[in-house]
This record gives sequence, C-alpha cells and structure tokens, in this order.
Amino acid sequence: MDYLYFPGCTLYTKAKNFDQTARNCSRLLGFELKEMKNWTCCGAAFPLATDNLMALLPPSRILATAREEGTVLTTLCAVCFNVIKRTNRLIQEDGEKRDKINNFIEKNYQGDLQVLHYLEILKKEIGFYQLKEKVRKPLEGLKAAAYYGCMLLRPFEEMRFDDKENPKLFEEFLEALGTQAVEFPYKIECCGSFQSVGSPDVATECAYKILGSAIKNGAEAMVSTCPMCTFNIDHKQADIKQKYLDFKPIPVFYFTQLLGMAMGLDPQALGFDQNAVDPMPLLKEKGFL
Amino acid sequence: MKIELTRQKVHNEFTKKVELISGQNLFACYQCGNCTAGCPVSFAMDVGPHEVIRYTLLGLEEEALGVNTFWLCASCLQCTSRCPKGIDIARVMDALRMVVLRKKERRDHIQIPEFPEGFLERLPQIAFISGFRKFLS
Repeated sequence: MDYLYFPGCTLYTKAKNFDQTARNCSRLLGFELKEMKNWTCCGAAFPLATDNLMALLPPSRILATAREEGTVLTTLCAVCFNVIKRTNRLIQEDGEKRDKINNFIEKNYQGDLQVLHYLEILKKEIGFYQLKEKVRKPLEGLKAAAYYGCMLLRPFEEMRFDDKENPKLFEEFLEALGTQAVEFPYKIECCGSFQSVGSPDVATECAYKILGSAIKNGAEAMVSTCPMCTFNIDHKQADIKQKYLDFKPIPVFYFTQLLGMAMGLDPQALGFDQNAVDPMPLLKEKGFL
Repeated sequence: MKIELTRQKVHNEFTKKVELISGQNLFACYQCGNCTAGCPVSFAMDVGPHEVIRYTLLGLEEEALGVNTFWLCASCLQCTSRCPKGIDIARVMDALRMVVLRKKERRDHIQIPEFPEGFLERLPQIAFISGFRKFLS
C-alpha cells in the first residue's frame, strides 16, 4: 500500500537525512511514501488566536489538495503533523470557519482525510511485533532515550497520539529495533521550540535540562521525531558545552536513521553527516558499523 | 510593586479583548499555579503565567503587557494540558502577544536585521517561520 506523504520545508533542506531514510525504510517495509502534489509550507505554527483564520489557510489548502489524491496523509515532521492534524479537526468541527476557509481557498474540503504520523503507520498498520521480525541488524546494547517533545502529544484531545503524561509508543518502537529504551522524566518537555529565534539562551537552557536528564538516566543517544527539537537538542550542544564545561555531548538521531540501520541500510545512506554531534564513534564502539 | 485596583479597571476592555482573541474565560482561573509549575521556561519569566492571567483579569493592562512572560512562551501546551480548570493558557499567552503586535505602533519583538551572521542558514525553516508568526506584527 502507498501512503500519501507531505514532507514539509525543513525535510527538503536541513533535514534531508530524515526524509531520505524514511523513504528508504518504507520500501524495505513494503510500502511507498508517495509525495503529494503541489504542497506548500504548512505555516509551522497552529494559530492559537481564535480569530486568526489567515494562518489556517496554508494547512487547509494542503489538506484539500491531498484529498484530491487520497484519503490518508502522512507526515514525518512533528510540527507539520501538529499543524495539519489540528487544522483538519477544526475543519471537521467548526462549520462556520470551514465555510469561510473553503470560500477563500476555492475548494470544498470537509475534513474527511485521515492524518497519520509515520510512527503511527509503523505501529498501527505494520505493528511493532512484525517490525521486530523484519529487523536484520538489531541495535543491541544501545541505550537510547526517546524524546517526544510537545507537538506529537499536545493537545491530547486533538492529537490522540499516546498518553499525555507518560507515552510509551516511541519506547516500544525503539525496543522493537533491539535498543534499550531509556526512561527519563523530561521526555515530554519542550525543547524551547521557536524561542531559539526570540530568546536563544532560554532555548539552550531547555535543551540542557532535557539532555542532562537523559544522560543522568543512562542514555548514550537521543532519538527525535522533529527537526525543530533536533536543532535545539543536537545543534545547540556546542552552546551548552560552552556554558557547562563538564557537559559531554551525545548524538541525536532521527528515529528513521535508527530504523534504517536496524533494517540493514548502508550506513553511508543514513545521512549521519547532517547530524551536528558526530554519531560515528558511538556506532563504532557498539559494533554497528 | 504597588498596584491600584478600581471598579472601572476590573474586567475592562483590555481583559475582554484578551478573552475574545483567546476564546478563554479568565474567571475560571483559581490561581493554583499548575501552569507555572509545569512551564519549561518559567525560570526565565518575570512572573509566572498564572500571575499574568490575574493581572489580565483585573484589567491591569500595563502590568500584564510589561512582563516578558508571554514573549517567552514556546506554545508547548504543557500548561494547557495540566490546567485543572480547562483553560487553554497557551492561547491566553498568544492573545497577549497579539494585543501588542496588533497595536498601531507595530512594536515587533524581534528585529530580523539583528540576527547574527549565518543564523538563518543554520536554523530550520519551521523555527523561523513559527518565530516570525509569534514575534512580528
């Protein structure tokens, strides 16, 4: 089965490794990510001001365009997933706004598209037990911390991804790959998000708390589902190191990079050169290369 | 800080505007402080989100808009998720930003030309697009 796929801006440029590994893994798992036609930026922030209809137009247009091609839309980036899924729900429930939006974008979209995250496909359509059987090179001995962040989970009533305080889906996924999933209390805390534009120091501090908590609980690597989180917890480790001299950087992976490695993809094709903290020494130490 | 309350101020036009933009009923807040306790950026805030809600409810526009609290909000919705009274606090913080940004002075919170060199090249698009939406008029 093929899944209609919305990549989003960042996966086309600064997170190419996320996009490429997901596409390659899909083929090995027996499905294809079919990129939707004429996609645009989703707006990157679901408008919280109730009167801001303008910001709902890009995700609405994406949904309406995708509906012409299929009934399920998949995303990888947690931010895009959040914006598109919340907009879809708003279109389903708020008739007045739906009419206004449809009128403006000249479409007739009724909210009848299912928005899925790639992890949900792995869990619901393939199943982690079946995934485990498809793993060719189990990542045994790797202590990895599953970092959810905010966008996948909140608001719980709309995202319905997993439990809002103690989600388990991501850990189950990592365990299917053979890793030892590390529990840590900051797994659903915010990385600072767009504050890396407004108040970079605050975002650095948030990232330090998350990384510190994971390391304290024994993590050797972090796993992320979001290019924004990855920027804050991976690329900002250089800033953290400057402020906290005893901080020891740890690699941050996209979950598809680990999936690709466990599925036996060539490590050269996993785009590790785009990771800020070099994961090669850890992977060599663990005997995965 | 000395704060003067008057009957004219409490739940005034400013409060109503914030309630209208956010779609939230501020009277529901009973000041438990759960939002502030769970907020990942409260360490850098002048006052906690629950205090800003109180200022707003009492119609103290200057006090509410004079703190950095709502500018530091990262819209992570941890407060919203934990509020026992069901207030979407992140929406209130966004509404406060909007009240400032929609004024005719158009006082932007960030200045793009002041970004350090190479900053835009390093940052993922989603960060600056959502940042611009939250900080620019």
